[in-house]
Amino acid sequence: MTTSSTTSSRWRALTRHHLFWPVAVLVLLLLVNVPFTPDFFSVRMADGHLYGSLVSIVLFGSPLILVAVGMTLVIATGGIDLSVGAVVAITGALACSYISDQHDQGALSGVLLAMGLGLLAAVVCGLWNGFLVARMGIQPIIATLIIMVAGRGVAQLITDGQIITINSEPYKLIGGGYWLTLPFSIFVVAAVVAVTVALTRRTALGLLVEAVGGNAEASRLVGIRSRRIKIMVYMFCALCAGIAGLMISSNTSAADGNNAGLWIELDAILAVVIGGTSLLGGRFSIGGTVVGALVIQTLTTTIYTIGVPTQTNLVFKAAVVIVVCLLQSPKFRAKVFGAKFAARFAAKGGAKPAAATADPAAATEAAPKMEVS
Amino acid sequence: MAEPRPVLEMAGIVKEFPGVRALSDVDFRLFPGEIHALMGENGAGKSTLIKVLTGVYSLDGGTITLDGRSVRIASPLQAQQAGISTVYQEVNLCPNLSVAENIFIGREPTRMGRIQWKRLRREAAELVDRLGLDIDVSAPLSSYPLAVQQLVAIVRSLNTGAGDGEGPGTKVLILDEPTSSLDRDEVLQLFALMRRLKEEGVAILFVSHFLDQIYEVCDRMTVLRNGTLVGEHMVSDLDQVGLVQLMLGKAMGQLDELHEHQLRSDAGDTLVQADGLGRTGGIAPFDLEIRKGEVIGLAGLLGSGRTELARLLFGADQPDTGKVTIGGRRVSMSAPNDAIGAGVAFCSENRKSEGLVPDLTVRENIILALQASRGWTRPIPVAQRDELVAKYIKALDIRPANPEARVGQLSGGNQQKVLLARWLITQPKLLILDEPTRGIDIGAKAEIQKLVVSLSEEGMSVLYIAAELEEVLRLSHTIGVLRDRRLVAQIANGPEITTSRILETIASGEHQ
Amino acid sequence: MSATTQSPTASDSRTPSSSPSRAARLLGDRRLPVAVTALLFLLMYGGGLARYQYYGFAEPQVFLNLFIDNGYLLVAAVGVTFVILSGGIDLSVGSMIGFTTMFTAWLVERQGLPLLVVVPMALAVGAFGGFLMGYVIHNFEIQPFIVTLAGLFLFRGLCLVISKESISISDSTVSSMAQAQASLGVGFLSIGAIVSLVVLAVAFYVLHYTRFGRRVYAIGGNEQSAMLMGLPQGGTKIAVYTVSGFCSALAGLLFTLYIQSGDPLHATGMELDAIAAVVIGGTLLTGGSGYVLGTLFGVLVLGLIKSIIQFEGTLSSWWTKIATGVLLCTFILVQRFMTTRKKA
Repeated sequence: MTTSSTTSSRWRALTRHHLFWPVAVLVLLLLVNVPFTPDFFSVRMADGHLYGSLVSIVLFGSPLILVAVGMTLVIATGGIDLSVGAVVAITGALACSYISDQHDQGALSGVLLAMGLGLLAAVVCGLWNGFLVARMGIQPIIATLIIMVAGRGVAQLITDGQIITINSEPYKLIGGGYWLTLPFSIFVVAAVVAVTVALTRRTALGLLVEAVGGNAEASRLVGIRSRRIKIMVYMFCALCAGIAGLMISSNTSAADGNNAGLWIELDAILAVVIGGTSLLGGRFSIGGTVVGALVIQTLTTTIYTIGVPTQTNLVFKAAVVIVVCLLQSPKFRAKVFGAKFAARFAAKGGAKPAAATADPAAATEAAPKMEVS
Repeated sequence: MAEPRPVLEMAGIVKEFPGVRALSDVDFRLFPGEIHALMGENGAGKSTLIKVLTGVYSLDGGTITLDGRSVRIASPLQAQQAGISTVYQEVNLCPNLSVAENIFIGREPTRMGRIQWKRLRREAAELVDRLGLDIDVSAPLSSYPLAVQQLVAIVRSLNTGAGDGEGPGTKVLILDEPTSSLDRDEVLQLFALMRRLKEEGVAILFVSHFLDQIYEVCDRMTVLRNGTLVGEHMVSDLDQVGLVQLMLGKAMGQLDELHEHQLRSDAGDTLVQADGLGRTGGIAPFDLEIRKGEVIGLAGLLGSGRTELARLLFGADQPDTGKVTIGGRRVSMSAPNDAIGAGVAFCSENRKSEGLVPDLTVRENIILALQASRGWTRPIPVAQRDELVAKYIKALDIRPANPEARVGQLSGGNQQKVLLARWLITQPKLLILDEPTRGIDIGAKAEIQKLVVSLSEEGMSVLYIAAELEEVLRLSHTIGVLRDRRLVAQIANGPEITTSRILETIASGEHQ
Repeated sequence: MSATTQSPTASDSRTPSSSPSRAARLLGDRRLPVAVTALLFLLMYGGGLARYQYYGFAEPQVFLNLFIDNGYLLVAAVGVTFVILSGGIDLSVGSMIGFTTMFTAWLVERQGLPLLVVVPMALAVGAFGGFLMGYVIHNFEIQPFIVTLAGLFLFRGLCLVISKESISISDSTVSSMAQAQASLGVGFLSIGAIVSLVVLAVAFYVLHYTRFGRRVYAIGGNEQSAMLMGLPQGGTKIAVYTVSGFCSALAGLLFTLYIQSGDPLHATGMELDAIAAVVIGGTLLTGGSGYVLGTLFGVLVLGLIKSIIQFEGTLSSWWTKIATGVLLCTFILVQRFMTTRKKA
């Protein structure tokens, strides 16, 4: 009796952990591959490089993880950044066109300068978005729409409508190279994720971001300089997109103003949502986002391996969006699984049922929220 | 004397939310041609009962009988069609549409599906005229102040079921705290209207926190407490003391302790000096001196400029004129940061929209102001943070005493305490409390008032705003009286100062 | 949460019936943005006349071509106007158009169905797609943004499922319809242009003279209020997305007619053009304020940019995107400026 109740409570605690569902979905997706590719989980060594499905999932998912991590912070402030795809294109275009103009495309200094130039452009885009959102008070979805529309035009302008191909060994490293047997981009991603986590959780930035996203007016009245924070977050998001842009163009050794990073903003938003961060802002989880991005990449890989025609990829993605959103919707849970189940889910914030009964006012105040919101 | 048949009868009403029974076995009757008050403290179940009646919530048990027929009300639309109309405290209209449209939307006069705009405007103008209101019905609703929008909402609700003669017309009119944002003239206008409707046989359910208004206009009242029915009484049979005892379920006394408290007469040096501070559309320029350890209470009607004054002193709104010095130093007041830096703290009257971050935990909400002043690069060390939070949770008796609980799930009183803790932790020199006791239970109310007294004794200055004059009188050393967005008098508190003296000042605009 | 925009502290209650000054009234007038866009269109048109008068810009047909070349965009943008007025957003428009071209081409060419059967089918599929999205948005309270994003993926995916290759249409009915011209004396209009104008007129009537239309505005103004006022807000919301789905499918048919082929990548990103046209036309993206007539001018302005770039000759196609972005930015800033002025 007691043991069963503790296991069930432990199980409940586990299922309530914010990473439980994203990870469960990821594991499930990975397992689906096994019947089709029995050696799916095996990793082998060739030419001093590690190969295997898991490695390639992380490798191909790298740009998405980067963009999604930046997007997480923007969404946490209650915003959204639709311009990341265009920023990816601009960054790649700038870096590649600069490198292609060099006599020695392999020169490290030239490559570094090119990357710096690309990232600078990305940060400027982020600054512009942040300025419109924080200073001018324009809805994020609209403010970032501007660069989303114009940015691809700018990228094409930089590349003169062509696909610029380059041949630069150092530049190839970030997106397609290997280091310590692993794809170099994995290290880049790890570094960015580590920096982001440190930046948000080791400092008070995470708390302030969540406060701004959770209640903007209250944040102003406690003296949080939310404008500054928002501008920072948009710049950071654009920077992440910029790194992803370098990675994508490096991987293909080419800059395609039209197609680079196409729809990556949508994938990134999807990754954030799968990771459990609410689109309304407030609480965020970088870990969840990374898992979410991996889920999306694994989905793509899985579709390849199980032999479904690749063009159905988008249909599956649509299905995932729907399923994830439906599962996150309290209304849907209430309708499908019954009200009690939904209530248990909704109460994941920590207040125990006992506390709620002791405090009728609290519960009545909380309850309409579930009904209405 | 045979009682007439009630137009509305609710019997054995049960409504449950996860983990709590908001209404258990409540009976409620409403007779045609009466004004019926629904009374109860916060959390008593008033709004839940109204929401059940108007179809916002579904029923978990019990029956509703309207005009002798058992009805099921599944949506606000159904409620309206059945003849139950509601006017809520917040104006639930569409600010982007014209006044006329707001009155008629959903039942616009149409011919072959085409809206007859001329007829709509004409009829709206007639309705508005008949009620003696001076409103241009073709102007967008957003061009009018809240009080007028409220009246439009009532006009709309009266018009339910009229229009093309479809539907039975309004039988039951629910007015859920309609008076909280109206000034006295507007209240009288509303009451006149209510009485006329009563003569026409409409049953009016009236909710108001102002006891005087209840006694002025109501015939009968139903009292709820903790989701159960306490009693139904004729207003003439129950005096105010009896009513309050029913609502609270206990004898008064908790608040009386404070009456014994001696006010400190010797306040210290000047802390805050405001000279000619003002803002167009907010408050006329005023001078105000706040001494160290002094409690200044602001008295005045709703909308008299109390909140506006407080917001200027905090930099929440930017002043157009004047200057503020705090502790001898000029403070620019262009943003809350300036005031916070100078040691000012502000608990807004709107806890939910301007105070708490509901998704964050109690701990995070408590440290927010302190952390904001330190900037994001310097987080408060974990040990120090936990100690501070634990200290204030204990000191203010925040329940549940769990720093990890989400603040959105706390009761109103505890949320208010979290806000207080948030600011006390920053050790402010001046604490501005805008209606800190509004909407919280009586126990928490007394605790907060006691806290104000002890803070003042420790040397903190407090600017205290409350709707109840008694509360202001009880706590303040000096009372600032506001009228029509003007600070008209500053009165030193003393034994000779009574609520009626303050009321006179508010009414006349000058202090003798 | 527009319910809280008008807080008691923000309004000056002393002057309930005083009328604002003339200038303030003009600035506050909801029709002003439309007038500004119309003026912009005229200025651009005038500029075009001055610059390219010897290159045939003054031909009335150049003006009429704006409708012929952008009819499908106008229809799509009208649908989006409904959604945006109601406070939502529809990202699935471009995919829906692409899907319709594919679906139509596939049925006509590969399955040999007559156009008369295919057209109602395509419209029904579009409307049903919109209905489904609206149903999910309303019943499960998921943000429109994310639901229509799923729609974007779904319909683009379905395009690719039908075929990865583009299908050109050689059906005689289609080509004769595509070539049909209605003479106006000074020039001619295509079937697509006429259909788009009819859609515009119907949309105008629906938005301003039916209860449904007013409910769309009401919901965009304050959804919570609309519900408490007893308006069937759920049905209206679902209907709005159904309208948008229908319009997208119709736009897809017009596009098929215009381009005479189905391609899985047709109309990629056209949702952005449609949204841009709506915003440039003066409709607030927050909902509740705007006119479908503004959307017409928005589409015309975007069309005119394309024409001018064609006339200029030396400018590359990407300048269209940049110019659209710049215009979008200007209008957003102007709107922003006006709404703050109104509040102050």
